[in-house]
Amino acid sequence: MKQLNFDPLNIVVCGIGGQGNVLASEVLGSAMTDRGYHVAVGETYGASQRGGSVMSHVRVSADQELSVLIPSGEAHMIIGFEPLETLRIARKYANNGTTIVYDPRPVYPLGVLQGSQSYPSLDEITAAIQGLSAEAFAVPAAQIAMDAGDARAANIALLGAFTQLPGAPLNREDLEKILSQRFQGNVLELNRKAFAQGCEAVGKGGVV
Amino acid sequence: MEWTMTANVPGEVCLMQGNEALVRGAVEAGINFAASYPGSPSSQVLGMLGKIARERNFYAEWSTNEVCALQACIGASLAGGRALCIVKQNGLLCTADALHCAAQHGVKGGLVIITSDDPSAHSSTNEFDSRWQAISAGIPLLEPTTMQETKDIIPYAFQLSEKIGQLVLVRVTTRVCHGRGNVALGPLPEHPNPLQRVREWDRMVCVCYMHTPALEKLEALRQEFETSPYNHYSGPEQAKQLIISSGTGRLYAQEALSRLGAADTVGLLSLGTLWPLPEKAILQYLKPAEKVLILEEVDPFLEQGLEALAGKNRLSITFLGRSAAGLPPVGELDPDNVMAAISALTGTVLPEIPTPEISIDLPEREMTFCAGCPHRATFFLLKKTLRQEKNPGVVVGDIGCYFMAGQSAGQYAFQVCNCMGSGVNIAEGLGQLTNYGLDQKVVTVCGDSTFFHTILPGLVNAAYHNANMLLIVLDNSATAMTGFQPHPGTGLTAMGDRVKAMDIPKILDAVGCSVETADPFDVAESEKTLRRLLQKSGMNVLIMRQPCATLKAKERKKPLRVWVDQSKCIGDGCGCDKYCSRVWGCPGNTWDFKNNKASIDPVTCVGCGVCAKLCPGGAIQVEGGEEG
Repeated sequence: MKQLNFDPLNIVVCGIGGQGNVLASEVLGSAMTDRGYHVAVGETYGASQRGGSVMSHVRVSADQELSVLIPSGEAHMIIGFEPLETLRIARKYANNGTTIVYDPRPVYPLGVLQGSQSYPSLDEITAAIQGLSAEAFAVPAAQIAMDAGDARAANIALLGAFTQLPGAPLNREDLEKILSQRFQGNVLELNRKAFAQGCEAVGKGGVV
Repeated sequence: MEWTMTANVPGEVCLMQGNEALVRGAVEAGINFAASYPGSPSSQVLGMLGKIARERNFYAEWSTNEVCALQACIGASLAGGRALCIVKQNGLLCTADALHCAAQHGVKGGLVIITSDDPSAHSSTNEFDSRWQAISAGIPLLEPTTMQETKDIIPYAFQLSEKIGQLVLVRVTTRVCHGRGNVALGPLPEHPNPLQRVREWDRMVCVCYMHTPALEKLEALRQEFETSPYNHYSGPEQAKQLIISSGTGRLYAQEALSRLGAADTVGLLSLGTLWPLPEKAILQYLKPAEKVLILEEVDPFLEQGLEALAGKNRLSITFLGRSAAGLPPVGELDPDNVMAAISALTGTVLPEIPTPEISIDLPEREMTFCAGCPHRATFFLLKKTLRQEKNPGVVVGDIGCYFMAGQSAGQYAFQVCNCMGSGVNIAEGLGQLTNYGLDQKVVTVCGDSTFFHTILPGLVNAAYHNANMLLIVLDNSATAMTGFQPHPGTGLTAMGDRVKAMDIPKILDAVGCSVETADPFDVAESEKTLRRLLQKSGMNVLIMRQPCATLKAKERKKPLRVWVDQSKCIGDGCGCDKYCSRVWGCPGNTWDFKNNKASIDPVTCVGCGVCAKLCPGGAIQVEGGEEG
């Protein structure tokens, strides 16, 4: 079992409704509970199916009873399904020790498509995310998942990438085991494939 | 994690969502009956109860509305049954008359109401505070903090309810319902709570002379609450600086005090029994205190009670809380505003950590209808048609996913929207005035679940008085907003039984409305129908029927593939002014900023194909598809 680098260990999972945010945080949370830790998870619903910004907070401790929300500037790790959302969360929750893994594929908000707002350039976003953290890895999770057969597996690809980060509380084998407990048949195969490629993407240094 | 709801493994620790913890608590309490109408953040509770009801030998139903749910629970209680009613804050207010009458006549079998409040209104139109209903009706009120307490407090509430013969209100909030934490399971009862035949002399009748006994029950409970295990204190003896918290506040405060190094100097009293207040237990900590910070969700409920208590006892204390400096008067508590409030209490602050300045403006992500949502098409048609009327029409909104039509998702369709089921009544009022000089078309909308929930009486009223109005029923065969719970139009029940579905057109017909049905995806035909109905006087109804896109996506084997033939898209130069992505506003329609042409996001698009019918250049292509 891996030791916690921080207690409490604070992880934010963020993205847009429908990207599998809740499942990803629930999988992480249950895995840590099974290892005997105290876990607290806070989820944003409401906008969850309607294209709004969503985030989940996953908090792990050896002995403390925790609230379900992380204080500002106290995230140790951030998993982001979309670059703008990753930056939004990093600006509030990251500090100079935070590790970030995110999918750099933009999903434009309605206001951007309608011309009333503008989407920052990807270069600006990347630089800002890096400036706000210790290390940031860009992993094309949605593309990996689409190549594996279904865009919906993007969350699993990103979880794979997450296990390869320095300070991740779970290793690749831990999460692979959970996947095989949760999914079956074709869905399991798809998720396994996406997961493995997510793991490898970080190994390559986070190729965009 | 459904197995954790019914597994008989006392002591096993699992990660549980607050809503799951409520379900497990109900199972451990051995309930006989559960009823609810879906409302976030507690919508999942009855859905889960329905799935395990047969296994655990109790009855569970998605009632048509919250009044039906509570009154059915009162029936179950008269037969000695343990009954659980689950509502959100608005639902509790719907039951107000039933609740107050029940409080006066009392209960036989335990009756517990879980009311879930939504501070910051994450999934609501408001952040009403349910707790006042406990004072108003004169019933006990509990609020848990941790997931463990959330489970344990349900059996506790049933014991209290039966001990004093009164219903008990348990208030939870979004961060509890939608949070997860460790829960150690308790034992399951071997047998369900035994029912008792209703005796000739049983009386649960609301009459005024029952008011005194109801008040006596509450006073008896105050004694019990003085030593309740749901009230805790940590910190120094005789603390001069004191925090009194309920619900989420305790955990935020614990962490903030530990980060500030103030856990040994500041007292933290956390209350789980909120009404009646355990005055002696509180006074013991209030007497030595000079400054008291109150942490609670939404209104200054405890704050007012504690100020009154301090006043009665002639204590001179400075109170900080929702109404006095320290916390914002609206919105939920969070670790940051609690930290700021505790800093104001103690005068100590965390050292500031410099962070790099990021000056980029981040665009907001507004909520919108899902990709392929039939409501988008309906509101597009409605807006288009009403704009072409001589005078702009009035559109009255209602509560459901389509509430978003009042924002940019529906091109700001509504001029008025009150509570659930209000649309037909407000439209009736406006419609009557069209005979007195109001020269406008009056339209209102409601979903199929809302139709059964509270539209029916208004429909009878409007039809009987022959108001000049058009009611559009947005029939998507689902209670979509809260997660696809069955309703009387679906032919399904919470326990999974197939029953005869209620036929909305037949009901409308029986009431005497003129009814037509259209498919919002058949844009041209629907527009004609809509125009025709707007010209008709009297009470008209148009049913816009097309299943919810999310529901359809789940059932389809292979959706249509929709894509943009960029050789046909004229891009910026087209007179359509980027109609697909800018006006139509479906998340599936995006813009290829590199080529300056329209594009479809293959991850988001569900393949309804409506945008292809609207593209003036014929650039959007639709192919394939197979029904499940």
